[in-house]
Amino acid sequence: MSKEVAIVGVGQTAFTRACGVTIKELCFEAFKEALEDCNLEPKDIDESIICSAPEYDKQRSPAGAINEYLGLNPKPTFYAESICSSSTTGIRVAYGLIKSGLSSVVAVIGFQKMSELSSREVQERMGRGSDIMWESPFGLFMPAGYALFARNHMKTYGTTEEQLAKVKVKSSKYAFLNPKAIYQREVTLEDVLNSRVIASPLKMYDCCANADGASCVIVASAEKAKKITDTPIWIAGIGSASDALSIAKKTNLTGLTCTVEAARQAYAMAKVEPKDIDVAEVHDCFTIAEIMAYENLGFCKPGEGGKLIEEGQTYIDGKIPVNIDGGLLGKGHPIGATGGSQVRTIVQQLRGEAGKLQVKGAEIGLVHNVGGVGLYANVLILRR
Amino acid sequence: MGFERFGKVSYVSETKVKDFVNYLEQGKIMGTQCRICKKIYFPPQMDCNNCYSKDSMVWREIVNEWTLITYTTAHFAPTGFEDDIPYILAIAESPEGIRLFARLSKDVSEDQLKPGMKLKLVPVRLPNDKISYEFKPIGG
Repeated sequence: MSKEVAIVGVGQTAFTRACGVTIKELCFEAFKEALEDCNLEPKDIDESIICSAPEYDKQRSPAGAINEYLGLNPKPTFYAESICSSSTTGIRVAYGLIKSGLSSVVAVIGFQKMSELSSREVQERMGRGSDIMWESPFGLFMPAGYALFARNHMKTYGTTEEQLAKVKVKSSKYAFLNPKAIYQREVTLEDVLNSRVIASPLKMYDCCANADGASCVIVASAEKAKKITDTPIWIAGIGSASDALSIAKKTNLTGLTCTVEAARQAYAMAKVEPKDIDVAEVHDCFTIAEIMAYENLGFCKPGEGGKLIEEGQTYIDGKIPVNIDGGLLGKGHPIGATGGSQVRTIVQQLRGEAGKLQVKGAEIGLVHNVGGVGLYANVLILRR
Repeated sequence: MGFERFGKVSYVSETKVKDFVNYLEQGKIMGTQCRICKKIYFPPQMDCNNCYSKDSMVWREIVNEWTLITYTTAHFAPTGFEDDIPYILAIAESPEGIRLFARLSKDVSEDQLKPGMKLKLVPVRLPNDKISYEFKPIGG
């Protein structure tokens, strides 16, 4: 296994509806927690990468504002963006900076303050997430994009609305035990099935909630990591891929091709197979997205994702525990912070620090973070 | 200028394919094709991303037969579409192997839809001198 780049520190704020603080203050909290997690001081950080989806920012070029507030000047800083997968894109860039020798310790800080905008402004931006020339003029928006996948998955494989709903039931169970999650209430199958329709067949509880929050992941070279901590978590595999932005031009409408490709790269680099993964965080922005992720990451065959959740195989004691922190559906989805939060969960699992949510003996973990409707995908394989 | 007439809410005005709107006005649904590598584009574009030949693209009428793949009824909408709720969004495929995303005609309801059903694409005039296209069931 490659032991060249490691994660040494992680932190995140609580994910909330409206945080009541600035983006700088949000990032400060996550950064401070990550520094304390590995006993580093700001002066030990060589470089910072700030990640968010810019359409939600009021501040132009947030990297500069945040780097200043964290007291990191004159250290280099810049912005990394791939919408919902921005912070794992930041980790990918950090990996490159460290392997090239340009930096030894890099802080990847992801954030989003979605309450910065009025719901009307959010609604306006929502309409521009698809191809603005040929698809936005019809009123396409994110849940409708995933709904088109959901309907096609149901038609092709016989996946049911109950199976989709079971993903949310699982998420709510673990979010209830995660103090940083937005939802602190368990929901039943009936709650999900009876929630109002957003874009058929997806209902309100099939969709994750917009949120405010920040995350921080501190990445270090092998040499530094061994000095900083006794429990470095190694980035054993890292894969990244893209697919068409246009919904009609996706390679496949039953799964996310970018996930398949990013996972192939990550498994090959880490020299492991899907069956070797002990715990996974997958990008469940919608219930259908988690079911497709099971299949596209190789946890089951194409078309068997519905059955996998039905059998309870992705619960904490199942064959492949998935999103044992509530996932996006349970924690909320502050776009730029989400990938870093997923990584934090897996790092805690591999260190054995996940408390009530600990998957026993977890040694190899996977993070799957998607941007847009299957537009960008990053897959990381982490090892103790 | 010119392309801003396409769609209920438009975000693009200048493009090399603005003639698409004029063709649509005449009832023609036009795609483009590269004269060199023969790749067909719909929606149209004037740059060939297959062979990258210069000035190789020509307008051509598309084969207007579509098979419904998937659809969703939106009960929620981005800014500018609130009055349309509920509306049906669909993806369909043509015999030329083109997949297209568009709205379904307002006079069709979700329970009338079945993946695999045949559709055609028709120009549709909208208020404020705007124009678009939508899927309509054949015979419907």
